[in-house]
Order: sequence, then C-alpha cells, then structure tokens
Amino acid sequence: MAWLDTIIQGILLGGLYALFAAGLSLVFGIMRLVNLAHGDLIVLAAFLILVLASVLGLNPFIAALVAMPLMFAIGWALQFFLLNRTLGTDILPPLLVTFGLSIVIQNGLLEGFTADSRRISVGGLESASLAIGPINVGVMPLLTLASAIAVIVGLNQLFYRTSLGRAFRATSDDPVTAGLMGIRPKRIFATATGIAMVVVTIAALYLGTRANFDPTIGPARLIYAFEAVIIGGLGSLWGTLAGGIVIGIAQTFGAAINPEWQILAGHLAFLLVLLVRPRGLFPRAVD
Amino acid sequence: MTYVTIPHWKVETRTKASATFAIVAALLILLAFAAPLFASRSVLQDLFFILTMLVLAQNWNLLAGYAGLVSVGQQAFIGFGAYAMFALVILAGLDPLIAILLAGIASALLAIPTAFFLFRLQGAYFAIGSWVIAEVVRLALAQWKALGGGTGTSLPREATRDMPALKLVGGLFGVKSSEAGDILTYWLALLLAIATIGLVYRLLRSKQGLGLAAVRDNQEAARSVGVDARRMKTLVYLAAAFGTGLAGALIYVQKARISPDAAFSVVDWTAYVIFIVVIGGIGTIEGPIVGVIVFYILQTLLADYGSWYLLILGLIGIVIMLFAPRGLWGLFAERTGIQLFPVRRRLTGGPVPLAKKGGPHG
Repeated sequence: MAWLDTIIQGILLGGLYALFAAGLSLVFGIMRLVNLAHGDLIVLAAFLILVLASVLGLNPFIAALVAMPLMFAIGWALQFFLLNRTLGTDILPPLLVTFGLSIVIQNGLLEGFTADSRRISVGGLESASLAIGPINVGVMPLLTLASAIAVIVGLNQLFYRTSLGRAFRATSDDPVTAGLMGIRPKRIFATATGIAMVVVTIAALYLGTRANFDPTIGPARLIYAFEAVIIGGLGSLWGTLAGGIVIGIAQTFGAAINPEWQILAGHLAFLLVLLVRPRGLFPRAVD
Repeated sequence: MTYVTIPHWKVETRTKASATFAIVAALLILLAFAAPLFASRSVLQDLFFILTMLVLAQNWNLLAGYAGLVSVGQQAFIGFGAYAMFALVILAGLDPLIAILLAGIASALLAIPTAFFLFRLQGAYFAIGSWVIAEVVRLALAQWKALGGGTGTSLPREATRDMPALKLVGGLFGVKSSEAGDILTYWLALLLAIATIGLVYRLLRSKQGLGLAAVRDNQEAARSVGVDARRMKTLVYLAAAFGTGLAGALIYVQKARISPDAAFSVVDWTAYVIFIVVIGGIGTIEGPIVGVIVFYILQTLLADYGSWYLLILGLIGIVIMLFAPRGLWGLFAERTGIQLFPVRRRLTGGPVPLAKKGGPHG
C-alpha cells in the first residue's frame, strides 16, 4: 500500500506546483513573457498574507482574500509601468529586467523580514487529515489540489466565456489588429498580470501554510512552475496541472527512496519528458 | 598618357582609436604582469577577483550578447569545473595546475549532454532550462560523499604547498608559499583574462563571428544564406562552458574550500556576472571590462550594507536595461564613436591612380 500512498501524496503535491505554474502559464500564453521573478512574487505574496494575518489578526484564508486585490494592483502596476516597456522581439530586456526584479524582491524581503524561516498558521488545520479507505490524506494538501482545479476551471471559463477572455485571446494572437478593434493591449497585458498575481496569492497561501518559507526560496518555486508548464505543454492549463502532478509524483517517489533525492527526482522527470516529448505531454501552442 | 584608376578597396575592422588602444593595452598588460613586484597581497587578491569576474562576464557576454543564448545557469560550469579540480587533486593526486586545465575540459564535456537537452528549449525557456541543469549538477555533486557531500571539503594544504610552480614563484620573489600562491593565481587569472578576450575578439572578427552576428540579428535570414545557426550556437555554448569551467577551477584553487551551495551559487556566479555585463554594455567586448570596474567600485562602496547592495545592483541593472540597453559603454561609444575592439567591417582605401603601366591592355 506504501506505493499507492506515495502516488496520492505526489498527486496532492502536484496541485501545489500547478498553482505555482498557472500564473506563469497565463502570462506566457497572453504576452509571451517569461517572468523570472515569478517565484519571488509568490514568496512576496506569502509574506503579505503573513503580515495581514498577524497584524490584523485575520484568519489566513481571509488574509489571502484581502491580499488578492493588493497583489492584483501590484501585478497591474508592474506590468503597466515596467514590463510593458520590455516587450518586443528581443528576448533580452524581459529576461534581464525580470531577473533584476527577482534579485530586488529577494533582497528587499531579506532586508524587511530577515532570513528567518516563517510559517502561516491555520490553527490546527495543517495536521488535520481524512481517512479515505486505507489511506490518510491531509486536509491542506486536499484543499490545495481542489484550489488548483478550481483555478484552472476558473481561468478556462474566463478565457473562453467572457469578453475579457476574448480580448486576451485576440491580443495574444495579434496585438495590432486587436488594437484596431478598440482593445488597448497595454491595459489587457496589465490586467492579465494582475489576474496572474491573484493566482499567485492563492499559491502563496498554500506555500506558506504547508511548509516553512524564507525570502530565498522563490527561484526554486519558479523552477518547479516552469517544469510543470513545459511537461504539460505550452498553452494548456490542464496540461500544466498534469505537469505539476508528474513533478509531484516524481518527488515523492524520490523522497521515498532517499530523502536527499526528492528535488533531484523531480528535475530528472522533467529532463526525461524533455528527452522523449520535447513539446510536452499535451502541446497546443506552436512556439 | 592616360591615368586609369582601378578600385583599390580594402575591408578593415581597425580604427585609429583601436590602433592607439592596442599600444596602451600592451603596456597595461606588461604592467599587470609586473604587478607582484610592487603591489601588496590584498591588491593582488582584489585584482584576482576582478580578473576572474571579467573572464566569467566575457564568457556570459559571448553566450547572451552574441549567440542570443541567455543562460542563468552558468554556475553549473563554475561548480562542475571546481569540483572536477578538487576530485583530480584530492582523489587522483594531480598537480592543481594540471587539474585546472583538465577541469576546463571536463566542463566542456559536461556541456555536450546539457546542450542536447537545452537546445530543445527556445529563448526564455532556454534560460530557465539552464538553471534546472545547474540545479541537477549541484544536487548530484552534493551526493558525492568522497568530496564532502552537502557540506563540502577543503583542498589538502600539502597539495597546494608542494606545487613545483609555487616553489618556483616563491624562490623568484623570496616569499612564503601562501604569498606565492596569491602571485601564481593572480598571474593565471591575468593570462586567462587576456586569452579569453583575445579569443573572443578573434572569433568575432572571423567569418564565424560574422555568421554569429547574422544569426543573432535574424536567424532565418542567416540560415537562408547558409549559416548553420545551430552549429554556431552549440560551438559557442561549448566554448563558454570551457572558459567558465577553467575560471571556476582557478577560483577554487585560490579559495581552497568548496561546498555545493557556494560553488553553484546563482547570486555569486550568475547575478553578479549578468549585472556586470548589463551595466557595462551587452554585446561588446568593452562592456564587461567597464562593467567589472563599476561593479568593483560599487562593491567596495556598498559592501557593508548587506542585502541593500544586491537590491541597488538589481535596480541599476533594471534601469540600465530599460533606458540604456547598450550599457555604459554603449552610451560612451554612441557619443564618441570610439571602439577599442572594433568588429564592424568597413571599406577603406578607394580609387588609387595607376600611373605607369596603366590600362586594361597595358
């Protein structure tokens, strides 16, 4: 039964990685921008939730709800005032500006919160578990996976059922023509990054409640998110969930063999997929 | 008698400024080699740091600025080169100097399988992919118990002290082995920096360099005239891995203590290097030279402020990338038109009168 337990824990962990990846996937899908500061923005959101929860005495879930509009505003402004200037055919400016941003956020957080490990407490919910048949499943991991699925369903609805989603798709296909139809691409991009930051806030809630975090762990989250996106195939949010689950299962199996191999096993699974299916498991976009 | 003129054009890259600079550079190099005669140990150590960072910056600039391969995972080759050197010295008992060279080759060999994976990813994905590779190499080497596993290990004192080259330098200057070590590593760093700049300059002036620039500016157009873009990029990637691995091994001969977290540090080996190149000016040979000087000055001024230092460096990098994407050197060159390492081909000469045996039938 041990292996079944390992697989289920892996799937649940995959939900967290899918949450990390959904925001990255959204921004890339709409404006072909890879944000190297994505992981650091998740950590920033986790600190924001921590501060809101401790200063205002809020329940972390409520704190996350309060953090969402704040993070939306941060994302909107970041895109509108900074990242929009870097978009173009040259890949250097967006990469180097977001890399610089990553270093700035990390060191800003280090200055503000020191390098101590933190954790957002959810009052006993961390240790609660449900018995499903012979296997015990943690409530928080289960909530994480459920949130990941909800986020992906929500984003897909937004994309294909709303006028904002139509504007996203039109701008993604051809910003100039979309502009002729009365869409302002710069504002559309800013809104997209804002929405990505709302997803980042949800990811941050689970990052901060499930394990310790400190200002330096952002880049590793970026890497997991990136691996999930590539494994799933560019442009497919359900693929991203599958990619997250592949990494999650590989990590829990690696850890089951030797705790030191957890992270390495996830990376090796990614390289293996890259070797046999360079365009990912469920490719859709042609990039 | 008629004067017949035939065109006498010449393709040149040399300019007046670059010819003058070549003489100045030669004098500077002589002075730099003589530095151990008059400079103190701490000055030599600072120069060692500047020179090795310059080597890393030139290698990264070659990748990102010329081949369009934006890597944030070059620490893979620093760490691998350093670990290869440690393994060759500790486990195989080789002389550290030979180990440095072999470590460079080992890094280039590592680059063959990593290129195979990475070249499946384009643009920004190449960047993060290179980071994944660096993480894999770090995690794998942290499992190597003979070299200290996750906590790392030190070079045995006798391995460095008994180097024949060190005794030679020690005898030459009449100094103890630790001081002779600083002189030797400084000279090696100087040699490596000169060789790197020389080879990069030579590459850029060659036919291959022209192909590389064409690929960077428009891959499809370059391919249509017969430039093998993939081959060029792979060669640059392998060469940069060799140079970075050499520098990594040399840095860790001087440090004499290694751990996976330090040898594969993104901040030390990639963030600093990227900021050096961006601040100085990406896509020029002069850029990293200017950048490393600015970087050293900033570090000296701001070293006491801890994470504020990196924060400021990051902000400067962002501002430069947005408002002066060609860096400080780019601003200077734009105003003055001066190029110290010109690679642009210009037509010079022109019609030359032929006086005596002129004429097509003459």
